[in-house]
Amino acid sequence: MSTFSTSQFKNGLKILLDGDPYNIVDNEIVKPGKGQAFNRVKIKNLRTGRTIEKTFKSGEKVDGADVMEKEMQYLYTDGEFFHFMDPESFEQFEATETAVSDCLKWLKEEDVCTVVLWNNSPLTVVPPNFVELLITETDPGVRGDTSGGGSKPATLETGAVVQVPLFVPEGETIKVDTRSGEYVGRVKK
Amino acid sequence: MPGCPLTAVQQRAFLYQQIRLFFAKKSVLEVETPVLSSHANSDTQIDVFQTQSIKINSKQAFLRTSPEFFHKRLLASGSGDIFEIAKVFRLGEASAVHNPEFTMLEWYRLGFDLRAMMAEVAALISVLFESFEWPQLPVRHVSYAELFRQYVGGSVFKSSLMQLNQWCRQHGYHGKDLERNAAMDFLFAVVIEPALPKNELLFVYHFPASQAALAQINPQDCNSCLRFELLWNGVELANGYQELTDANEQRQRFESDQKWRQKNGKPVMPLDAHLLDALDVGLPACSGVAVGLDRLLMHLIKASDLSAVLPFPSLRA
Repeated sequence: MSTFSTSQFKNGLKILLDGDPYNIVDNEIVKPGKGQAFNRVKIKNLRTGRTIEKTFKSGEKVDGADVMEKEMQYLYTDGEFFHFMDPESFEQFEATETAVSDCLKWLKEEDVCTVVLWNNSPLTVVPPNFVELLITETDPGVRGDTSGGGSKPATLETGAVVQVPLFVPEGETIKVDTRSGEYVGRVKK
Repeated sequence: MPGCPLTAVQQRAFLYQQIRLFFAKKSVLEVETPVLSSHANSDTQIDVFQTQSIKINSKQAFLRTSPEFFHKRLLASGSGDIFEIAKVFRLGEASAVHNPEFTMLEWYRLGFDLRAMMAEVAALISVLFESFEWPQLPVRHVSYAELFRQYVGGSVFKSSLMQLNQWCRQHGYHGKDLERNAAMDFLFAVVIEPALPKNELLFVYHFPASQAALAQINPQDCNSCLRFELLWNGVELANGYQELTDANEQRQRFESDQKWRQKNGKPVMPLDAHLLDALDVGLPACSGVAVGLDRLLMHLIKASDLSAVLPFPSLRA
């Protein structure tokens, strides 16, 4: 297993702490004038998503977490696990519901997502920034109103509900930004 | 292109003029001492730049981490009150408020005790506030032990090492148990400093005896020493001592530093025999202080990062 000295700490470094993988999001050196130096870091638990603050004695070594990101295609769910495939190696991976919880409402079969692997099993799944999804339910559109100004909720094929302009009808495919959950535009097919 | 605005370069020049004027009025002599030395500070937490020897064929030389040893040799030879605006070097120190090369204002006053020295530091800063058209800030004095009681919630000198480590862990320390000094440093730097009120000059005095460095032990309480730091917005600006004049005690402290360095895998420094000789001859009773001028200037121009005052920070130097 790789180890890192505190002098190698930088944002984005993945370390292992009490059995959990963490991502360093902030690293600050504090040192009293004539005293011991410390690295004060903000780290995000990649399993739970919680960010905490920890302080290490400068010069200490910390285990690295074997974490990597891969683009994978979402295949299907068997009700318990969510199955992804590495399009290069055709290797398949099972993700738990916790791992996909953040992207479940955007997840459509065959979409390509970023899967964060830890010790070769999916830790979290990040959806693509933009997804194209079909509106399965919304109030009837208002004809001729293309000026914006009003919006209404629309339920998408994955179950997500987004605000769309009044003129967008049921059965339309729309583009959504998954980071903000906002409607981007209609997709002409 | 310099990394900071030209105005900061001009303000530094103005700062130095004001400092020189302050000391000229008090007849404190400006001195210049070597940057390169065959000896080095043995302080356990200060790492030293090494270079090739001053002389050909002997071992190595060191960039000073403070001009203090030279100043004490001058004092022992009868120089009287002295000051220096000194470039100093500390290996590996780099952060928003650390640069491996920085400028230190060091001065010594004969016959001053710790309180008188703190008063003169406050007087200098007050003069500088006036020159830089800053509002004067309130000055507060508090002992190290009192700060600890207030912010950590216990007695720093009476608490067991286990208790200190427990507090460290409560405040996010991760790793093997710390030694007593390191645990106190953690609590000071991570818990106390960030919690201090802004916009006041805070003199913290009577540091732990184990962190006395070149200061006398407090005759009223052997747990603490006659050392102070000045903090402004949680950043150390000055560090002062009522100076240890006892050569034997100084020798013992150097030796215990060396033992610690050996035990902890750090290079053992050649002790400055000249300094010990000077103490043997007799250092007059005095106090001394070092002020970080880059940090002071940073505060005076309302910045929170040294890059605002360094035309060429270490990575661009």
